[in-house]
Amino acid sequence: MTNAEKTRMSDVKDSTAAFKEALIKKEDEKYVLHLYVAGMGPKSIRAMDNIKHICEEYMPGKYKLEVIDIYQHPVFAREGQIVAAPTLIKELPPPLRKLIGSMEDTERVLLGMDLKSKTGKE
Amino acid sequence: MIEERSTTLKEKCLEKAQTGINGLDDITDGGLPKGRPTLVCGSAGSGKTLLAMEFLIKGAKRYGEPGVFVAFEETEEELTKNFASLGFDLDELIAKNKLLVDYIHIDRSEIEETGEYDLEGLFIRLGLAIDSIGARRVALDTLEILFSGFQNETILRSELRRLFSWLKEKGVTAVVTGEQGEASLTRYGLEEYVADCVILLDNRMKEQIATRRLRIIKYRGSKHGTNEYPFLIEEDGMSVLPITSLGLEHEAPAEKISTGIERLDTMLGGHGYYQGSNILISGTAGTGKTSFASQFCKAACERGEHCLYFAFEESPGQITRNMRSIGIDLQPYIDSGLMQIHASRPMAYGLEMHLTTMNKVLDTFNPDVVVIDPISNLTNVGTEDDVKLMLTRLIDYLKLKNITTVCTSLVEQESNDGVNGQGISSLMDAWINLRFFESDSELNRGFSVIKSRGMEHSNQIREFILTDHGIEIKDVYIGKSGGLLMGSSRAVQEANEMAEAVSQSQDMARKKREMESKLKALDAQIAVLNTEFEMQKEELDKLASHNELKNKALANGRSKISLIRQADAPQ
Repeated sequence: MTNAEKTRMSDVKDSTAAFKEALIKKEDEKYVLHLYVAGMGPKSIRAMDNIKHICEEYMPGKYKLEVIDIYQHPVFAREGQIVAAPTLIKELPPPLRKLIGSMEDTERVLLGMDLKSKTGKE
Repeated sequence: MIEERSTTLKEKCLEKAQTGINGLDDITDGGLPKGRPTLVCGSAGSGKTLLAMEFLIKGAKRYGEPGVFVAFEETEEELTKNFASLGFDLDELIAKNKLLVDYIHIDRSEIEETGEYDLEGLFIRLGLAIDSIGARRVALDTLEILFSGFQNETILRSELRRLFSWLKEKGVTAVVTGEQGEASLTRYGLEEYVADCVILLDNRMKEQIATRRLRIIKYRGSKHGTNEYPFLIEEDGMSVLPITSLGLEHEAPAEKISTGIERLDTMLGGHGYYQGSNILISGTAGTGKTSFASQFCKAACERGEHCLYFAFEESPGQITRNMRSIGIDLQPYIDSGLMQIHASRPMAYGLEMHLTTMNKVLDTFNPDVVVIDPISNLTNVGTEDDVKLMLTRLIDYLKLKNITTVCTSLVEQESNDGVNGQGISSLMDAWINLRFFESDSELNRGFSVIKSRGMEHSNQIREFILTDHGIEIKDVYIGKSGGLLMGSSRAVQEANEMAEAVSQSQDMARKKREMESKLKALDAQIAVLNTEFEMQKEELDKLASHNELKNKALANGRSKISLIRQADAPQ
């Protein structure tokens, strides 16, 4: 079992508690995002641009985005269970989500980040 | 010049990567296409993962080709556990860097598609895995999970096409598994991308017996067996059956070996069965099929040959005990390791399982002669067609190995023609039919040689009895009506003939005596006559001398008278 899976397993256990916590601490919630890209092709660049844009717009100052090039670090592709590229993994807050593609569909990106429903409610 | 061309042509031929799976290499004429992908499709539980994994394991262990197993369905831990039960230690191979298992987790509920993407992640992981252990073989099990994980089929399809050409470029021999679809070979049409070799696995139920089958649907650039081949998943992996030759190419030795019954040898042209031939002994219940077979075993063991006995009716103990009662003691040979008895219930498992078990024992024991007793019991396990198919394969295999085989077959009906042991008589080289003959309210055992390929054989129905020293074939006694006399009528006839012979010899003696006395009488007569002859001769002599004396005296007297008369001497 890879490290990522182990984290995910523990995530599942704590998810209910975490969810409650997240509800309370919504304001100081931090988004930890990892964007895995395969080289710096047009798809990668588009994905990077798009996600930065979305983050700035919907969670300014509350996110930490890291871009990983799996060409240069193939091991991360294995550890992160990456199949498609580009893949954005929302490590935090739980639950873990994978967003694949060039992040053009903002609606779907927000849905994947659990931001859509929240904004809808608010 | 020609030689040169033929070698280059040979070099040009498709290279094969041996699978090491029992039998599969025979059917594929050497293995899977080297450096190309092969698609293995089949329904759930048909053994796709096993085939893929065994291909890697055998490659790593036997052919020095490390392998990467990309698992989409099971984690490394699960795989390790599953294969441990088949006797494969994945951890050991993984520790030696001969095998790498990469579990790719795809869960649609976690994935949100937000635009254009490709599967570069998969390529990179695969590339990393291949390069890290220098893999020559790759298995992707089951690639179709991708279709359930990703929505965009257009992207997927182009990526799959890219994947297969990438694998070819890498020069790895790949096995890709795919779930069988309803109308197509695979649910998502993977066969479209893998054009070189497609293998279909199937697990089907027929009359409550499951049979796994394997078929090579296509194999570009190579000859291959086109049939459906049964295969088994056993404690040591997969084995495809049978390991048959694709042609009738077995040798036909001219040597003969004894049947164990001297007079039967004579009936078969003098020396018994041909070595490496198959003999069918058919007969109704109790006619002595097992006895014939055991007699043959005993003879083989006496010659120091190895004998393998497959029993489908009796336990080894029962066979040895029963045979001892007719003076065939097999126990010493079993003890010395010359003979083995393998007993199993026909219903215990499917036909193919029987066949594999038999093949396996054959390969380990390497016998010179084999007995299958009775072959007819196997019909209970499958349909007639299946049995015939299986037996054909088994017999082929035995012939190929030059093993002399005696099969017994129980027939229901007492008849001389149409006795057809599962329609297999045509496969057999020699056929001996045992039957009961009913006469004078007796049942007697008789047999005839119905056929014996390539040798002259007796056409006579012979009676045999089971004695305390084995099978004894009796002399032929033909009754007045021309029928064979058996049992007590034979005994009566025997006695009659004996009596006749005695009286004949008595007659002879008397006649001899008569003649002798006649001769003696004649001798005596001759003696009498001889004496008479002597006497007559004596008489004759006497007469002659008497006459002479008389003449002399007469002459004397005359001269005396003239002397007195003083006459001159007569002129």
